[in-house]
Amino acid sequence: MALSRLSSRSTTLLQPLATTSLLRRRHISTDTTPITVETSLPFTSHLISPPSRAVETSSQELLSFFRDMALMRRMEIAADSLYKAKLIRGFCHLYDGQEAVAIGMEAAITKRDAIITSYRDHCTFLGRGGGLFEAFSELMGRTTGCSKGKGGSMHFYKKDASFYGGHGIVGAQAPLGCGLAFAQKYSKEEAVTFTLYGDGAANQGQLFEALNIAALWDLPAVLVCENNHYGMGTAEWRSAKSPAYFKRGDYVPGLKVDGMDALAVKQACKFAKEHALKNGPIGSNHHAFAFVFEQILEMDTYRYHGHSMSDPGSTYRTRDEISGVRQVRDPIDRVRKLIIAHDIATEKELKDMEKEVRKEVDAAVAQAKESPIPEPSELFSNIYVKGFGAESFGADRKELRATLP
Amino acid sequence: MAAIIHGAGAGAATALTTFHSKKLVARSRTNLPGRSKRCIVAAGSDDGSKSFGSSSSLSLRHSHKLIPNNAVATKADTSATTGHELLLFEALQEGLEEEMDRDPHVCVMGEDVGHYGGSYKVTKGLADKFGDLRVLDTPICENAFTGMGIGAAMTGLRPVIEGMNMGFLLLAFNQISNNCGMLHYTSGGQFTIPVVIRGPGGVGRQLGAEHSQRLESYFQSIPGIQMVACSTPYNAKGLMKAAIRSENPVILFEHVLLYNLKEKIPDEEYICNLEEAEMVRPGEHITILTYSRMRYHVMQAAKTLVNKGYDPEVIDIRSLKPFDLYTIGNSVKKTHRVLIVEECMRTGGIGASLTAAINENFHDYLDAPVMCLSSQDVPTPYAGTLEEWTVVQPAQIVTAVEQLCQ
Repeated sequence: MALSRLSSRSTTLLQPLATTSLLRRRHISTDTTPITVETSLPFTSHLISPPSRAVETSSQELLSFFRDMALMRRMEIAADSLYKAKLIRGFCHLYDGQEAVAIGMEAAITKRDAIITSYRDHCTFLGRGGGLFEAFSELMGRTTGCSKGKGGSMHFYKKDASFYGGHGIVGAQAPLGCGLAFAQKYSKEEAVTFTLYGDGAANQGQLFEALNIAALWDLPAVLVCENNHYGMGTAEWRSAKSPAYFKRGDYVPGLKVDGMDALAVKQACKFAKEHALKNGPIGSNHHAFAFVFEQILEMDTYRYHGHSMSDPGSTYRTRDEISGVRQVRDPIDRVRKLIIAHDIATEKELKDMEKEVRKEVDAAVAQAKESPIPEPSELFSNIYVKGFGAESFGADRKELRATLP
Repeated sequence: MAAIIHGAGAGAATALTTFHSKKLVARSRTNLPGRSKRCIVAAGSDDGSKSFGSSSSLSLRHSHKLIPNNAVATKADTSATTGHELLLFEALQEGLEEEMDRDPHVCVMGEDVGHYGGSYKVTKGLADKFGDLRVLDTPICENAFTGMGIGAAMTGLRPVIEGMNMGFLLLAFNQISNNCGMLHYTSGGQFTIPVVIRGPGGVGRQLGAEHSQRLESYFQSIPGIQMVACSTPYNAKGLMKAAIRSENPVILFEHVLLYNLKEKIPDEEYICNLEEAEMVRPGEHITILTYSRMRYHVMQAAKTLVNKGYDPEVIDIRSLKPFDLYTIGNSVKKTHRVLIVEECMRTGGIGASLTAAINENFHDYLDAPVMCLSSQDVPTPYAGTLEEWTVVQPAQIVTAVEQLCQ
């Protein structure tokens, strides 16, 4: 019985050993003995040898994957109903289907590594340690939101967890991400920046500018293309001459990852981080063309909802396609099967976990609904920063003169 | 009683209800003594044949009074006699270098700022002193390196982003407007963006339409940024230092033709207030508001005006966003006539906003409509004579004052 947990096997071959279930101990949340799982698909690489398909994980990690992804899924579904109830207004871009990218990435990095992403940021915010209550409050425009209700769905940030948002303009976060990596190199932090963008943003000029800069100055940047195959309503084959986004870096190594497999994502991100932090194969003596710190990770993923809540998501793709992906590649189901196969928890326990998660989300929604809306004076706060390093009035001439220290 | 509405900072909503004109008067007592220390006035060259825009230097002469009525007032400043003389671009460099020495987080990025020394020599020698990472030569990608500077600023660095010509920064407009100006607000105060975006703009010597742009009018609506325009070596260094130290994103507008102005500046460390206007020449008859290169056209016109018996008050507004309505207001209350002279286009320019602000706030004090002299709404032509006609010339300023003071 103990051997079945430790040996590495493909998940499709493993059968639950029902007869020994009564004798087996539960490993929920406490067991960190390593389990090795193979990713469902091999990595495709460009200019670099891909990492191994065998990923080391543990029951604790798998269970946390399941719980966190279930939480994210539930949050997005709740946001969907809130939007339809007109409590969330404007644009609301949902991440369900893509949870594995956020979760896998978090498992491979620390809070000192920076993440910057686009407007589809609710789950990334959660992954970085953001709270459900803050998220829902922000979506509903309340003061208790993570950006005090002034940012909205597209502007979630969490500075203490190095989560830099949250950006509405497609592709504009790529140069910002380079800036974060530049600052990490400048301050000599042993940290990496993950700059996420979509297949739509991959055609932006500023992305190639950012790529060039990051490769030129050896910035510890990892560019992650979350390829959900649709740039709003335009499929990737209709907008990109070369949809092999991981190869578009040309001189920058790339890796194509199954973005619906949280463990594959974890492996790829770990690999990319190590690669970005290395100082060169032999000391720091590396030739410009031989070694590039930067990497492009293309996450082959899928979103079940439309581009945003105003997009039904079915005019440019068939419902069969959506349900097909949901049946075969759903990230939560994949982890569920893994957990059951490795006898970490039973179906019922997982279902209970999902029920718990649902209750948590409902409670957060209820609490957020009760939160206050911002005061009128909040309209003018945080436009300028008060407190300067010089003798000056302040932008509205209301402050007393502050003197130089 | 005119309520000053322009403030965009915190508490402006309450300012509407609590601001009184009494406060305006009370402040003047505390401020003027402090401010006079800061005002160094560049004396105009008395050689009438020197035209502005030539690379000849503008020297500061305190005791030399060739015009009986003291056309350009010189505030006695003892520190000026013990200072050192330098050109405007050297003053900018000095300010930048001092700030980089003082704070290791300050870095420079832009095209050809490092090894080349800067296309206008503002960053000359800095790369040798501070290294390639702190004085970064970027590829030609304004959008990306401006965004990069902003991203770095989010983590606490203080980049000084140079646009080789202000006009090139149009390529980075998205980054400046959405990320630079708005991130402090949309993140609920979590991130500050202490960048300085600087570069030369304005109409030069036959540089052509695309290299003679004035971007202050395009950027002025962006919430969350501050804009300042320097015009003398003294305020160039002071504004550069203040901009770097400010926690807000500041756009520092320099002018291509002013880089070789010479002035004596103090040896000791000083800073200019970012939101303050500079009193160039106090007067009684009319308030002339100007900034950047037009200051010199105005001062040239001022000489002619003094000879004709007028007493213009010339204010270099320096702070383009927000306007220093305090100084401007006090002046309007004194003279009751306003002429704005700017190099911006007529449509939607700084002058247009300033006219609106003055009319809104000081309407009761005006004896005549606010007149605004701006550049023509045309792309700047290459031919020299045509280019001269695009920009406001001293003769036009004289005519305008005569018209207003009837």
